[in-house]
Amino acid sequence: MAVVEREKLLEVKNLKKHFNVGKNAVLKAVDNVSFDIYKGETLGLVGESGCGKSTTGRTIIRLYEATGGNVAFEGEDVHGKKSRKELKSFNRRMQMIFQDPYASLNPRMTIKDIIAEGIDIHGLAKNDKERMERIYELLETVGLNRAHASRYPHEFSGGQRQRIGIARALAVDPEFIIADEPISALDVSIQAQVVNLLMKLQKERGLTYLFIAHDLSMVKHISDRVGVMYLGNIVELAASDELYEEPLHPYTQALLSAIPVPDPEVERSRERIILEGDLPSPISPPSGCRFRTRCPHAMDVCASKDPKWMEAREGHWVACHLYDNELNTENKQQ
Amino acid sequence: MKNILELKNVNVSFHTFAGEVKAVRGVNLHLEKGESLAIVGESGSGKSVTSKSIMRLLPEKTSEIKEGEILFEGRDLTKISNREMEKIRGSEISMIFQDPMTSLNPTMTVGKQIMEGLRKHQNLSKSEAKERAVNLLKLVGIPNPELRISEYPHQFSGGMRQRVVIAIALACNPKVLIADEPTTALDVTIQAQILDLMRDLQQKTGTAIILITHDLGVVANLSQRVAVMYGGTIVETGTTDEVFYNPKHPYTWGLLSSMPKLNSGDKELMAIPGTPPNLLNPPKGCPFAARCPYAMQVCVDHMPDVTDVTSTHKSACWLLDERAPQVEPPEAALVGGAR
Repeated sequence: MAVVEREKLLEVKNLKKHFNVGKNAVLKAVDNVSFDIYKGETLGLVGESGCGKSTTGRTIIRLYEATGGNVAFEGEDVHGKKSRKELKSFNRRMQMIFQDPYASLNPRMTIKDIIAEGIDIHGLAKNDKERMERIYELLETVGLNRAHASRYPHEFSGGQRQRIGIARALAVDPEFIIADEPISALDVSIQAQVVNLLMKLQKERGLTYLFIAHDLSMVKHISDRVGVMYLGNIVELAASDELYEEPLHPYTQALLSAIPVPDPEVERSRERIILEGDLPSPISPPSGCRFRTRCPHAMDVCASKDPKWMEAREGHWVACHLYDNELNTENKQQ
Repeated sequence: MKNILELKNVNVSFHTFAGEVKAVRGVNLHLEKGESLAIVGESGSGKSVTSKSIMRLLPEKTSEIKEGEILFEGRDLTKISNREMEKIRGSEISMIFQDPMTSLNPTMTVGKQIMEGLRKHQNLSKSEAKERAVNLLKLVGIPNPELRISEYPHQFSGGMRQRVVIAIALACNPKVLIADEPTTALDVTIQAQILDLMRDLQQKTGTAIILITHDLGVVANLSQRVAVMYGGTIVETGTTDEVFYNPKHPYTWGLLSSMPKLNSGDKELMAIPGTPPNLLNPPKGCPFAARCPYAMQVCVDHMPDVTDVTSTHKSACWLLDERAPQVEPPEAALVGGAR
């Protein structure tokens, strides 16, 4: 990918989201996460359940209040105290698509009212006629038809519901969409339909996506760059081709080698890195590098020092002591 | 070559307020001793219903095996009494379910849950059963089995719970193990651990496995043979290599091409348009005809016959009829070094 001066749309710096769970226990769901999203790109965020990827998405869009750090949207801080008016303008530019198409649509509202909620709140339609026209246009954009407008969510299949969720997000003409596992509740053949729709919309409208998922092959397909999360931290971030061809972090390597490939011969001959054990509890994460308890390359330093977030190669960021040159030369000198 | 389990023309229906839902329509399957067979399909294709009908786990009041035979070692399981079925269930044929959180009893220690089957089916004394339970936990890779045996399911992680479920299923050395989406609820790295364990255990115990899944990657990893289900029927079956490298049914093509390959680049995915058929009124012809890009008039009107491609590879599609036009599978459906 050519390195052109790309415009940053979203800057996330040291984002933290901690939850209080019971007596003096704090669950650090997201801890010091930083990344940028450029205009028109898709950033994928992958990781296993409990790694904080959904919390990151929800905190960016202020469904959760951040514990620390800041998020800037086109240079403007979106967290902290905001007037109602400021919030409204910000909400219009940033939208979200949710994982569960069954739970995210109000069963007592018709499709037209679900889609038009944003249009009404932001006053984007002058009269009823214009409002209906917008609804019809949106339905057609996502591959449904006009007749669906007055139906209720239960009359639709999972894939169709997800299309309604996408239409709702598009209703206010946002620039940035956070898609939180938009396809994991769908069947394989339907997943492809929804992913194709998302990619088509991006091309037509110049949208920017944060695509959160645990299906690594789908993430690679849709994303320009991919970030890998583990226990509340981002451990690696790179262009998607580079990440999949040359993963640097041992966790990324294990994660990639664990995906079963639909090719029997490859499966038979493949050497897997099988990680021992389970994800440690995020309430009392290991000291130093959080992956060290399962890492096949763990060293002494991993327990005592947090790995630095550094650019190991151009555009390829990783947080791992194995790639810390300073540390490695230090070790040699000793 | 001995079939331990054979399904002949099995039809299962559910009686609902809306009418009769024909969930499984004329399924023929066989399972040889010690082999692993995968049944793949989307939700609603009838794969779970097929497996539950083998175990007689379908709701008695609302469902019915309308037709067909389920032969286990030559004995028709649809004809025997509930009493006799109880003897087979959990001892000769056992099952692993998708969700390890809900398939264990939260109020019983895991040891007790493993021993339950042993005590009932094998008449072991309490201490013998306990010893065997410890060994089973060790076999499925749970550290400190002597201590963990007296813990409750909530003290185990998701992957560990699925290991316990596997230990329970294997307790009585079953001849057939039915695994219904055993790794779907698990994370990829944990999934890799469990698949590894299942492959290892199959080699050790020689249990035949029926794996039910929607993930073609898992199939390629674990199974020797595959049956692809769609709309309550089996549309294609063959060895894993035959189905992946030389697929014959357009639905299988669609499945294979709608999955992104790691090297597919930015090309648009080949999605299968439309949605699966409603089995309340199943189409009279091929169930896939409405979504099939190659559908002909005959597909809509008549159910295709099963055509033998090789002695092990069968497909139910009119394209394989000698009068049909020759159609090549789309490029995206070709897996790896496919011919």
